[in-house]
Amino acid sequence: MELSPQDKALIAAIEDGLPLVSHPYEAVGNMIGLSEIEVIDRLENLIAIGVVSRFGVVVNHRQVGYRANAMVVWDIPDDCVADAGRCLAELSYVSLSYQRPRRLPDWPYNLFCMIHGREQGAVESLIEDAAKIAKLADVPRAVLFSGRQFKQRGAKYSSAKVTEQSHA
Amino acid sequence: MDGNFVKPERLTPLQADLLNDFQRDFPLCPRPYEKIAEQLGVDEAVVLAHFQQLAEHKYISRIGAVVAPHKAGWSTLAALSVPEDELEEIAEMINACPGVNHNYERSHEFNLWFVVTGVDQRTVETNLDEIEAATGYDVLNLPLVEAYQLDLGFPIKWN
Repeated sequence: MELSPQDKALIAAIEDGLPLVSHPYEAVGNMIGLSEIEVIDRLENLIAIGVVSRFGVVVNHRQVGYRANAMVVWDIPDDCVADAGRCLAELSYVSLSYQRPRRLPDWPYNLFCMIHGREQGAVESLIEDAAKIAKLADVPRAVLFSGRQFKQRGAKYSSAKVTEQSHA
Repeated sequence: MDGNFVKPERLTPLQADLLNDFQRDFPLCPRPYEKIAEQLGVDEAVVLAHFQQLAEHKYISRIGAVVAPHKAGWSTLAALSVPEDELEEIAEMINACPGVNHNYERSHEFNLWFVVTGVDQRTVETNLDEIEAATGYDVLNLPLVEAYQLDLGFPIKWN
């Protein structure tokens, strides 16, 4: 999907967040030569067509005390991965569920999910629950807890570029 | 790290509502903070001041758009296996490369994980080549195959 230059400029303009002023969409529009109503209409459209998966407050989970952040990876037969991935996605405490490629022999895992919590023990219990519910108890898995955070988000890029903020 | 951490239990009910209730479907109207204020029964100025405080304490990264993977650009999840005593130095080298964000240590033989973004797949792969050249380590490149669930936010529980 090729986005219009205006949509790219709009996404770049709000990359660091909506300003905390009374008319934030007008302020964003002023940066890129769009009216307040054009900014609102374009954002509505980007959400409707799925380019923007959510629009709102992005919480810094570490800072509010969610410090046990597990990336759980599973080595599951490829013909079962979609069912398992959708099953994990249904769980309220799973915040992402993605299929990614294996890289044998170093990396045998093809299903990834993220589970966040306040304490490692609590997250480990949730992982056991998830494995039972998604019928993954006997599937090889690895749990990668996050340690030091070297960077959370990149610096603001040139306004001509659109960057993705991701996941994991 | 996180030297200015304030116990989240000290948040007021209003601050907790602002953190939890507007992670999705943030109002798209000329005065969104006024609309939130009406919903919560306070003044717009109070909402703005509280969001400002939440941002200053880094409880919120931003109010903005989460872009779905591969809809407006390209990205991949990448990892390196690095000796412990080189980890910090290599992490800094990776942070200096274009398109890198979300760079974390993780508990595994592949102990350094990060996201690499770019305008398209070719740019991301060029960025990965640059990381391999800068660090001297092979990069595990794990681009999305399929998303079963996107980042939709989740409620913070306060016990």
